[in-house]
Amino acid sequence: MRLFVSEGAPGCLPVLAAAGRARGRAELLISTVGPEDCVVPFLTRPKVPVLQLDSGNYLFSTSAICRYFFLLSGWEQDDLTNQWLEWEATELQPALSAALYYLVVQGKKGEDVLGSVRRALTYIDHSLSRQNCPFLAGETESLADIVLWGALYPLLQDPAYLPEELSALHSWFQTLSTQEPCQRAAETVLKQQGVLALRPYLQKQPQPSSPEGRAVTNEPEEEELATLSEEEIAMAVTAWENGLESLPPLRPQQNPVLPVTGERNVLITSALPYVNNVPHLGNIIGCVLSADVFARYSRLRQWNTLYLCGTDEYGTATETKAMEEGLTPQEICDKYHIIHADIYRWFNISFDTFGRTTTPQQTKITQDIFQRLLTRGFVLQDTVEQLRCERCARFLADRFVEGVCPFCGYEEARGDQCDKCGKLINAVELKKPQCKVCRSCPVVQSTHHLFLDLPKLEKRLEEWLGRTLPGSDWTPNARFITRSWLRDGLKPRCITRDLKWGTPVPLEGFEDKVFYVWFDATIGYLSITANYTDQWERWWKNPEQVDLYQFMAKDNVPFHGIVFPCSALGAEDNYTLVSHLIATEYLNYEDGKFSKSRGVGVFGDMAQDTGIPADIWRFYLLYIRPEGQDSAFSWTDLLLKNNSELLNNLGNFINRAGMFVSKFFGGYVPEMVLTPDDQRLLAHVTLELQRYHQLLEKVRIRDALRSILTISRHGNQYIQVNEPWKRIKGSEADRQRAGTVTGLAVNIAALLSVMLQPYMPTVSATIQAQLQLPPPACSILLTNFLCTLPAGHQIGTVSPLFQKLENDQIESLRQRFGGGQLEETFDLKAKTSPKPAVIETVTTAGPQQIQALMDEVTKQGNIVRELKAQKADKNQVAAEVAKLLDLKKQLAVAEGKPPEAPKGKKKK
Amino acid sequence: MAAAAELSLLEKSLGLSKGNKYSAQGERQTPVLQTNNGPSLTGLTTIAAHLVKQANKEYLLGSTAEEKAIVQQWLEYRVTQIDGHSSKNDIHTLLKDLNSYLEDKVYLTGYNFTLADILLYYGLHRFIIRKLRHTEVGN
Repeated sequence: MRLFVSEGAPGCLPVLAAAGRARGRAELLISTVGPEDCVVPFLTRPKVPVLQLDSGNYLFSTSAICRYFFLLSGWEQDDLTNQWLEWEATELQPALSAALYYLVVQGKKGEDVLGSVRRALTYIDHSLSRQNCPFLAGETESLADIVLWGALYPLLQDPAYLPEELSALHSWFQTLSTQEPCQRAAETVLKQQGVLALRPYLQKQPQPSSPEGRAVTNEPEEEELATLSEEEIAMAVTAWENGLESLPPLRPQQNPVLPVTGERNVLITSALPYVNNVPHLGNIIGCVLSADVFARYSRLRQWNTLYLCGTDEYGTATETKAMEEGLTPQEICDKYHIIHADIYRWFNISFDTFGRTTTPQQTKITQDIFQRLLTRGFVLQDTVEQLRCERCARFLADRFVEGVCPFCGYEEARGDQCDKCGKLINAVELKKPQCKVCRSCPVVQSTHHLFLDLPKLEKRLEEWLGRTLPGSDWTPNARFITRSWLRDGLKPRCITRDLKWGTPVPLEGFEDKVFYVWFDATIGYLSITANYTDQWERWWKNPEQVDLYQFMAKDNVPFHGIVFPCSALGAEDNYTLVSHLIATEYLNYEDGKFSKSRGVGVFGDMAQDTGIPADIWRFYLLYIRPEGQDSAFSWTDLLLKNNSELLNNLGNFINRAGMFVSKFFGGYVPEMVLTPDDQRLLAHVTLELQRYHQLLEKVRIRDALRSILTISRHGNQYIQVNEPWKRIKGSEADRQRAGTVTGLAVNIAALLSVMLQPYMPTVSATIQAQLQLPPPACSILLTNFLCTLPAGHQIGTVSPLFQKLENDQIESLRQRFGGGQLEETFDLKAKTSPKPAVIETVTTAGPQQIQALMDEVTKQGNIVRELKAQKADKNQVAAEVAKLLDLKKQLAVAEGKPPEAPKGKKKK
Repeated sequence: MAAAAELSLLEKSLGLSKGNKYSAQGERQTPVLQTNNGPSLTGLTTIAAHLVKQANKEYLLGSTAEEKAIVQQWLEYRVTQIDGHSSKNDIHTLLKDLNSYLEDKVYLTGYNFTLADILLYYGLHRFIIRKLRHTEVGN
């Protein structure tokens, strides 16, 4: 037999490893062909590796070739191995080929590459650790290990792409990589050039369609009903029957909230928004809203919780804004602090305190930390070349210089950081610098400055990270960014600036200077706490008893993961350091970025004028929370999610449950006699509730929201199948059944109201008022589903929770907030340019939008089919069909196809 | 749930009496079979091969090493190529390739009818039907 290979074809790795591992008896000839040679006569597209058998048959599938070698040695495959191979072909390969293409052909790095395969890697890791075996299909190595190892090796051999928290995957990968056949295959294919050896092959391949679109959607994924053991069901029933009895007493509310020895003390911070900007939706989901969900959840768990935030007020930007508006910096801060506080109040953010950084406490604590660093020798003094704008007669703060990024060549890099490659920049290193205010070219002048000696603190930092990271809930991007900073080596960072509006530097010769905001902004958390309580040190100098969760967008990770910890470690004052650093990716607006200057996007203060309630905003932002990868706000999607998930799923269920109690049982919860089916439902709801807890404990906010919607979906199905509205008119037994179903449903509604509290506090309170849920049950969420509305409980008046969003309403909002601009500019281009590629982008919507619509179409199609199968009422069917047709039309428009004429109707 | 229907059909044609229940997972609606003893099985071809073994009809998975590998290759082809693509061009290429492969063969492995023939038939049948009928609501 003859094996055809090609330089850098990834499939050669597993094939060669399998050939070496299984040592087939037959002789193997190897021929090298070009990446575009068609070896297999019947395949239109080129494919390597290919094995030509002595019979003349071809094996063109990598797994099938590997399998053949194993079969020749007499090793048969069991179900589990088959399952792994099928998963590899259908799930892993699409994600992996996208990642390799990004990395090798497009030169992308970091999260851009890892993002597409993370889910698959995590899946392998979980499977390995769950079954507690060293290999994929059991105690011994199998075909599955070789095939998956070979597929993954090119990527994972670079430690940067093997996340260290996936420890089971880690050790599995190491075990295989050290085996001789695998080692030899790796050397032959990668030739010690690492992943770049794949370039000659991959660059000839078409770009794989990215699997990203689907990872972003939050569609119900595991609708599958898990199988339950008798024991699980019995436990769920017992917990249910114990009811309100099992609720612990409510913690009395404290003011101020202080840590309590022996309790879980959770300190939560949200990144401090910069005072002179009105936050946009991306800022809101990135930190304050995400942290709010966690804080509310933490309180529902009865953990002792303090959630704080405030405005970051010092710095050049404030000075400039003050000049523009003809006010003093202090007046600017006062004005904008109120604007911020109002926005967050409208969004229902549950801060225990919302402070500011321009306070005497800030000066006191910052100067204290500085003095301690100075006496311990962690502060350097040096002369710095700095950019000075002669026309504006001042030294330019970093963010007031723009130019070309010295690392990646991005044209609009800011003086402190490049938005494109994310690297931190020293302003003088910018190419073609410009003063952002007057656009003249600044000159370099030297001045004295103070530096934090980060290299000297690096070792302590690494030790601390080594203790903190394993087993913590740092998000993968936070780990990645921190690790890559350490890998590049830390450099001294300047901590002073030639400004007036800042914390004064308490050192002779530096009277005209202030601390640079990134040195003292993170100290703001401490000073804001100090303004909240004079016992602030019980939170901030108490690392043994306090669990610190810090929320931010990923650009803030270096300051919270590296710089502040270095300052705090160097100060040697037993500071509480971050235990869980929770960073989001970015949220885009429709197809582009939010931009205040271009008037694109929704900003915090405008959200209130849309007529859409705060809770709907919260829901949608959390539903698309950029968790794991960037996501985009889309008006169409907002409409779809409101109308499908909130109105038709959640709202519909809760309203029906309540209405049945009112209409059929006079507002009193009926007696419930649970059948085995009901008990299974209890257990399923309990399981989903536990999943919700597991996810939120890991701060997977977006994923946990899915659990709520899944329970509501179970609830709707339960009502649909049992039809209490029919049974109530039937025999005594039927009436009793209607009672049980109604009672169980309304209790599920009560549970949902509590689970919903972190996400939609107002809606949650409305449901609880409608159901008259007893107070302790409103404020505590256990891990079991309890009967909180026992038979005889009287509920209040039930009314609908959500309103339908209409197309024209959303369309006018879209026009008001921009996002249409992008299409208009493309339109112009399309008219002048003959390139068809541009025209395509004119009409088509983003892939996520299309995906969302496709999912909707599928879902609606299922509804129609179900109704037809049940031989449902004609009008009802017609109404659902109309919805389906409308969705298909939307989809066609989004895909840029002409809407289909309703054909076939007459023929029928 | 198309995959579940397909597996039920397969059960029937294999002469398995007890009808299994299938659930679907993920957005590709991958079928899942909960087995009585042991963990669940996920994936169309995995479950199909399992059913064949349950019915003691192992010959449907191929008799020699070569045949076994070929059967698995086409099963993989079914779930990655036939189920994976939907554009007209892709379908056209795929049908052309299959046609040219089958020119000198009776079945996919040559002369023996196997599981690969069954699942490819189901897979292709579906979109040949879809092509013939118009986009009628509720299919």
